[in-house]
Amino acid sequence: MYVAVKGGEQAIANAHRWLADRRRGDRDRAELSVDQLAGQLNLAVDRVMAEASLYDPELAALALKQASGDLVEAVFLLRAYRTTLPRLAETVALDTGAMRIERRISATYKDVPGGQVLGPTYDYTHRLLDFLQLAEGEVPEPARAEAALEACPPILEQLDAEGLIEREVDDGAAPYDITRDPPDFPVDRATRLQMLARGDEGYLLALGYSTQRGYGRNHPFAGEIRIGQVEVEIVVEEHDGPVCIGEIAISECQMINQFAGSREMAPQFTRGYGLAFGRNERKAMAMALVDRALRAEELGEPVESPAQQAEFVLAHADSVEASGFVSHLKLPHYVDFQSELELLRRLRRAHGEPQSGGDEDSSEVADGGSGAQAPADTHPPSETEQVAP
Amino acid sequence: MNPTQRQRLLALTPRDRLETGWDELALGVEYRCVRGPDTGMAMVRGRMGGTGNAFNLGEMTLSRASVALHDDGTLGHGWVAGRDHRHAELIALIDACARRPDWAERIDAELMAPLARELDAAREQTSRTAAATRVDFFTLVRGE
Repeated sequence: MYVAVKGGEQAIANAHRWLADRRRGDRDRAELSVDQLAGQLNLAVDRVMAEASLYDPELAALALKQASGDLVEAVFLLRAYRTTLPRLAETVALDTGAMRIERRISATYKDVPGGQVLGPTYDYTHRLLDFLQLAEGEVPEPARAEAALEACPPILEQLDAEGLIEREVDDGAAPYDITRDPPDFPVDRATRLQMLARGDEGYLLALGYSTQRGYGRNHPFAGEIRIGQVEVEIVVEEHDGPVCIGEIAISECQMINQFAGSREMAPQFTRGYGLAFGRNERKAMAMALVDRALRAEELGEPVESPAQQAEFVLAHADSVEASGFVSHLKLPHYVDFQSELELLRRLRRAHGEPQSGGDEDSSEVADGGSGAQAPADTHPPSETEQVAP
Repeated sequence: MNPTQRQRLLALTPRDRLETGWDELALGVEYRCVRGPDTGMAMVRGRMGGTGNAFNLGEMTLSRASVALHDDGTLGHGWVAGRDHRHAELIALIDACARRPDWAERIDAELMAPLARELDAAREQTSRTAAATRVDFFTLVRGE
């Protein structure tokens, strides 16, 4: 039975008013502008875009400001906004080979056409707090070489004359879209990649790390990491070929992994793939590790570790869903809790009064009650007893 | 320059720059919007491993507009990443005007050509900045 409870409007309004005050902070200080956030906290903005699954730096910066810097809340805000917009087009699949490179490295080949290009990276910094950032100082312009970069063709495509690395070939299959139809497990690789691309970075990082520590080891090498701008094209009636609508920043990671081979296939290197909106290198790397781990079944490897279990990995990767379900615990459960209280009182009374069945029986009933977590709720007491230990 | 090439260049040019470039042409043309401008999304697709089957990466905002010129009804269309209606409208307007033979040459010479040069220059600058972070390996010889 549900009992309607009303009230709290004034409290909620005042709570939100206080929140706005907190967000604004000290009025003697200049207010942060959305432009500043987009320009100076750009990696946070990129993470919000990637996990909200909507590329729009200005809106992501706005979400970040509105959420007082809470990334998961900002992702939620942007994801919610996304539902208000109509879908106008599907793009031609991005040609990451034609990326305007700002960073491109390979951990597998030292000498690659175009070279190892570090770009604006935190790698090789000493991770010492820079107290100069506390003071206002001039930041010098970046260094510029005399000549532009040479072409940086995709490394895995260029350097595999021997066929030692698995080939990725397009068979023209139309990808499943989880925003149109909810995923139905087991899901194919295209669906997995879509879900990983919007997955929480911390979660994917932890799972990727777990594969390195031995839970579903897949011996990865960072074959190539590319970060830069890619032009986006759509097909429209009014033009014969695809038209360019602008460009977006993209991070791509190609992992090369060992594969022992199977009865059908000779041993060869296999691949894990990571792709993310914005400058999201760690996310792209973690995604590539998890993508490869989730291919275990397809490659005939034993599925025995968490990162290899598609339904477990994918069903819990979305921070909007996860935080929503955890947060719902804050909603009133007054009636639910009352019924639990009643039950517990009854069990304790029964526990206190020795009955004809003896002490053992009543303590078993009490165990069933205390073990009444979500899955056990629906079981009769005898089953609960078997599950609880 | 064909309409597809113009659309690309106009979409890659910041709106402010487009606005000034358009004003300088001073064509004094009158037009009306026949579709939009409106904003929606495009689903961005990637490819597994960069070259394999397509998958849906996530969406991006996209604005579009179509205009008709007042005097002869010539249509023009524009699409641009983001939510800037005016940018989409300007692209559509320039597209419509450039479809008129009497204006096409001027638009290409006085607007599109400088924009193409500026885009190349900006990209060259970024590329040179990246090139400055390219690693030059040298090998140490140990022992004789």
